[in-house]
Amino acid sequence: MLGRSANGIYWMMRYLERAENTARLLDAGFRLALTRGQGAARDEWRSVLVTMGQAAAYSRNHSEFNGPTVTNYILGDRDNPGSVRAMFEIARSNARSVRTALTREVWEATNESWMVLHDQLARPVKAGNLGEVLSTIRRQSTLVRGAVEGTMLRNEIYNFARIGTFIERADNTARILDVKYHVLLPSISWVGSTLDNTQWETVLRSVAGERAYRWLNSGNMDARGIAEFLILDGRFPRSLAFCFEKLRSNMASLARQYGHETPAHERLRDTVSRLHQTSTAQIFEFGLHETITAIIAEINEIAIEIAADYRFIA
Amino acid sequence: MPGDSSMKFDEMHAADGTARGAYRQYDEWLGAQELSWLRRQSDEAERFFRRTGITFNVYGANDGEERLIPFDVIPRIVTAAEWRKLERGIAQRVRALNAFIHDIYHRQEIVRAGRLPEQMISRNVAFLPQMVGFEPPGGIYTHIVGVDLVRTGPDEFLVLEDNARTPSGVSYMLENRETMMAMFPELFTRIPVRPVSDYPRRLARSLAACAPPAASDRPVVAVLTPGIYNSAYFEHAFLADQMGAELVEGSDLRVVNGRIAMRTTCGFQPIDVLYRRVDDEFLDPLTFNPSSVLGVSGLMDIYRAGGITIANAPGTGIADDKAIYSYMPEIIEFYTGEKPILGNVPTWRCSDSDSLAYVLDNLSELVVKEVHGSGGYGMLIGPTSSKAELADFAKKLRARPDNYIAQPTLSLSTVPILTKAGLAPRHVDLRPFVLVSPTGIEITPGGLTRVALKQGSLVVNSSQGGGTKDSWVLEE
Repeated sequence: MLGRSANGIYWMMRYLERAENTARLLDAGFRLALTRGQGAARDEWRSVLVTMGQAAAYSRNHSEFNGPTVTNYILGDRDNPGSVRAMFEIARSNARSVRTALTREVWEATNESWMVLHDQLARPVKAGNLGEVLSTIRRQSTLVRGAVEGTMLRNEIYNFARIGTFIERADNTARILDVKYHVLLPSISWVGSTLDNTQWETVLRSVAGERAYRWLNSGNMDARGIAEFLILDGRFPRSLAFCFEKLRSNMASLARQYGHETPAHERLRDTVSRLHQTSTAQIFEFGLHETITAIIAEINEIAIEIAADYRFIA
Repeated sequence: MPGDSSMKFDEMHAADGTARGAYRQYDEWLGAQELSWLRRQSDEAERFFRRTGITFNVYGANDGEERLIPFDVIPRIVTAAEWRKLERGIAQRVRALNAFIHDIYHRQEIVRAGRLPEQMISRNVAFLPQMVGFEPPGGIYTHIVGVDLVRTGPDEFLVLEDNARTPSGVSYMLENRETMMAMFPELFTRIPVRPVSDYPRRLARSLAACAPPAASDRPVVAVLTPGIYNSAYFEHAFLADQMGAELVEGSDLRVVNGRIAMRTTCGFQPIDVLYRRVDDEFLDPLTFNPSSVLGVSGLMDIYRAGGITIANAPGTGIADDKAIYSYMPEIIEFYTGEKPILGNVPTWRCSDSDSLAYVLDNLSELVVKEVHGSGGYGMLIGPTSSKAELADFAKKLRARPDNYIAQPTLSLSTVPILTKAGLAPRHVDLRPFVLVSPTGIEITPGGLTRVALKQGSLVVNSSQGGGTKDSWVLEE
């Protein structure tokens, strides 16, 4: 397949994944704002912007960190090139440029996502509609992923689509952890307090993991448990371990089809084996923040290497 | 005359309101349907087009704005006997076009014989000196041709225009049929309509048959598109997809070991046949427009060395400008030795001073077109223009008479469209699609019917508010 097509489908899936995760992040912020005071909400909205890497751009035109302003900035502000609306626009335009690599179902699902959200996000979303809009974003993104799963041939095109999904998901989960690491830092005075529990729940909600975590841990909220769940638990589809396993298998599939590995395989293998040898204790010993920062950098390096090895751009 | 309904030929209804032969079965079916249900199906069709992304971009409109070409659910129907004649006429014309282009880039016998003035070639911007003396692979210049036909009476089809460069619209022919079959499946079990769906397969075969000497056993075909902002991008992607070919852009290509190769995820792979949807002047910045980023540097050298087939060949525009068009009857006779089966629309060449005088005197009754124009841009429709517009155009004509031809305002046939109030006649044309390969000429039964949606309008171009219809050729 063309390097440009691999690049197109990879970014199409990355942007759809990013849109979905952004919706989860906003949903978690929204919940926290409902249950907590103004001060906590302000911090929460700021941390949503920091997670998305948009805090600086936001501060140029806004001084207030309140729910409606932040939410609408992130969802559809025309001055924000990183808005969710723009994400669907970019995903769809990438899909158009690789139209021949997609099945009709995948293309139609992507095109429909864009049609629906392009309209819905064109105007500021009313507070009463926010829940519905966020769920539409998640649903549309899931629809495309489902169409990819259900209709695409398991070949290189599929592999690049999946690699896009999991590079983005790993990056997003890691960013959420990084912004919230202070919440998870063991602190005697916080343990067992309500503040702790709500904050922790927000972290889990941001990655749709609150139910799974509770089920696995019989409702026991605990910083180490949450960090372990999000980093090392290979059963949870948004954990770093799960994302890396998917990256590994899709990269292996590329190596099988092309008959050889590339430097990206080597790099990915290094990262995965280091993660496998790490325990929760070691993470906290080394420093949660330091661990996550290193992982984010490694994901980025792997992404750059994949783009170079498979000739994404001339 | 325009506006004079007594002269207009409606293809569906005879003067007494009864259905003509071609439409008899359809009319019976239509009579049993509720108008409101047809309207609903029509809205459903529009949603279908939007969802599938069958859109085109309008130049000059907002950046990246995509529109639908309106689709009308009433089919345009041609009988088997009518089609037989059209088919013979089109094949004859396309044979002549290819022979003509070959001659122009070789001995120019037609000029030597005094049948075509020399300056028609030497002064023509579509003439490419790079093609002189070159024999394209398979001997074919125009692999894909669109012949625009208009109808003026029961037995009168005329050729309005030949499209020998990169004719577009075939994806609409295919999608219109798909849509009709989805909306009205029972129609196709009742009425024997000839299928069009194997066009992409035939196109792939036809292109592969023209592979260059350097090609492997299974020629690699790629479609070259200017990219997603091109007005016909949907069609480029659609055809590549249907043929199982790669859809490439200039930035994907480069010269590698004497071949044009595309950048794939595992290195550069040579292309044997390039179905290009990029104009001549942008094909190769080394040879043509140096600022072009849509083409590939070195393409023409590789082409001339037999490393790749370009379809259609560069320089075919020499055969389809509107001044050459006026010579088509002579061209057909010269190369086939036969009388043209399909007539031309009478055409005044404004380069000729007597013709120019006539055109200026009768401007309000004529249609004036730019010799190299297309898409309905830059043309004047005398009868619907204001005094100021006429005066303005007369100035342009006097300044550059060579740049224009004029034709009478034809009384184009009509076919009904579905409006809110029911059926209403609108003017139509027809673009059948022709494939040429060393093994022969194939014409897909039907083509693209374009329809002027505004009452009385003669402009069918999609860029100017035209729509399309499914076009049926009935089985024998």
